[in-house]
Amino acid sequence: MIMDELLQVQNLKKYFPTKHGMLHAVDDVTFSIGRGRTMGVVGESGCGKSTLGRVLTHLETSTEGQFIFDGKDVTNVKRKALKEYRENAQIIFQDPYSSLNPRYTVEETIQEPLILTHRYSKAQLREKTTEMMDLVGIAPRLRMSYPHELDGGRRQRVVIARALALDPKFVVCDEPVSSLDVSIQAQILNLLLKLQEEKKFTYMFITHDLSVVRYISNDICVMYLGQLVESASSEALFANPLHPYTKALLSALPTVDIHHKMNRIVLKGEITSPVNPPEGCRFAARCNYACEACHKKQQLQEVEPGHFVSCCRVKELNNLT
Amino acid sequence: MEKFLEVKNLEVQYVLKEETVYAVNDISFSLEKGHTLGLVGETGAGKTSIARAILRVLPVPPSQVKNGEIWFEGKDLLKISEEEMRSIRGDKITMIFQDPMTALNPVMKVGDQIAEVLEMHDTKLGKAEIRREAEKMLEMVGIPAGRYDEYPHQFSGGMKQRVVIAIALACNPELLLADEPTTALDVTIQAQVLDLIRNLREKNNTSMILITHDLGVVAEMCDDVAVVYAGEIIESGSLEDVFDHPTHPYTQGLFGSLPSLDRSEPLRPIEGLTPDPTNLPKGCKFHPRCPYATEECKTTKNEFCEVAPGHLCRCVLAMKNQEGK
Repeated sequence: MIMDELLQVQNLKKYFPTKHGMLHAVDDVTFSIGRGRTMGVVGESGCGKSTLGRVLTHLETSTEGQFIFDGKDVTNVKRKALKEYRENAQIIFQDPYSSLNPRYTVEETIQEPLILTHRYSKAQLREKTTEMMDLVGIAPRLRMSYPHELDGGRRQRVVIARALALDPKFVVCDEPVSSLDVSIQAQILNLLLKLQEEKKFTYMFITHDLSVVRYISNDICVMYLGQLVESASSEALFANPLHPYTKALLSALPTVDIHHKMNRIVLKGEITSPVNPPEGCRFAARCNYACEACHKKQQLQEVEPGHFVSCCRVKELNNLT
Repeated sequence: MEKFLEVKNLEVQYVLKEETVYAVNDISFSLEKGHTLGLVGETGAGKTSIARAILRVLPVPPSQVKNGEIWFEGKDLLKISEEEMRSIRGDKITMIFQDPMTALNPVMKVGDQIAEVLEMHDTKLGKAEIRREAEKMLEMVGIPAGRYDEYPHQFSGGMKQRVVIAIALACNPELLLADEPTTALDVTIQAQVLDLIRNLREKNNTSMILITHDLGVVAEMCDDVAVVYAGEIIESGSLEDVFDHPTHPYTQGLFGSLPSLDRSEPLRPIEGLTPDPTNLPKGCKFHPRCPYATEECKTTKNEFCEVAPGHLCRCVLAMKNQEGK
């Protein structure tokens, strides 16, 4: 489907040891992101989407599996190679209130990653800061402001400027707009799209908000309790969701269209614990179609070209041959 | 006809040492029995202050109700004694708070937290009966009665919110104030909770004020909508009026900011930021962000104009269009 892949993720796993056993935060996830494209990762809280983003930016080390960036295996890079990878892979965090150092001014925040490279002179630093502030739309008068003097939207712009200062190839956006009001959210989304167009960034966009992900992504992965349940192009996923969880998720979204009511699938039960989960489909406990075979290990299968689903009954349930 | 709930010219301010926050400015609305009114607006618009004023749980100081009347069952809630208010609060009017993680007492069994409300308001019941009632409430919100003796930390977010709902509904309230009841929840859990509220509302013919920033939730739940901006209602009407014919530029901007599921056109966000509530602009409060603002908007305080029967809009432009017709 994708010709030029910037990032390939293969059977990636991340387990955390807890008192009660292994927490399977990311469990055997495989996908790839095309250069200059946006991969949306959706799922509910606790499904491992943020952990996935943190592993891919080397904020956490993976337990198993590998990821290949621009043709190089970067799963276990150390020291110099790690530093180089981090320059290319940046992350924008969810909460602009806690991800900025309260004692750094806007200028210091944006300059910090640049200073760490030891490649810029003082004059270049100043110039680059001006350029970045202009790029993300922060007024020059705010250069010496501290985070507490800025509102949420402006703070998020500073976070974006910091992440993009080194001209990374790959940017993980971890719920960058979920703490913002709708009108500000729209401003930030438009900014991210504009920057991508200008600088050809590749995004991995992590969110729980389906309408946001639809707006911004080319391709979408749906996760449930650490597992990848479905991945496809944005159009295919919304037009033709195949996994029972994706269907329920899409139908649960309240829409502003008051004349066409969606036929809602209301799920029963709660998300189960990801600590020592059973083998097999983790959604089976809440799924209306669960059967014996669902409790065995599931394979991700390509049901249609580029459309992957991890459900043993997918063909039968969707009348596919 | 006497309205079920009528709020008239409500003004709430937070008076601090060095400044005054004008949170609610001259808000009037009414609610019919069995109806649901959606209060929509962004952070800091004053939505929660309105609900807290109705229930009289605003923190005093710093807040002050400067002006206004809240008529409920023939009484002005702002004039009655605290004792009388206490008998209404939790019994006839209850509130679902936004954050289920902080709304519950962490060192009290969830069942006892429901029972507490019944004890306060239904003194006729004996201990065993109260426990039975509380267990019934738990089951009604879909939690097995066997979990009565558990503590909030043993529950997931969605279940905690259902406990909060059970507490709010324990006394069969006539008016339910729901302050962002599903904002902290995941979509599939949100669908469950909204379903639950809708069923309970129909069963008891409860009236409701639903406070939210999510227009999708409003579309699902409400009969009437009031859009709040900078402490003022800028547009109100039936759900169909406001969603099919958004008239105020701010309401139009809100809809334009929403990514829709069919990605056909780019987002048209509202430029700029919500005004500082300690220093509100003169004239129309939205004029600094309004693409159609004229000189007149900067100085004249707008009055409501009726763009369609029951559909009110606080905008000079709408008024002019109306006169031109």
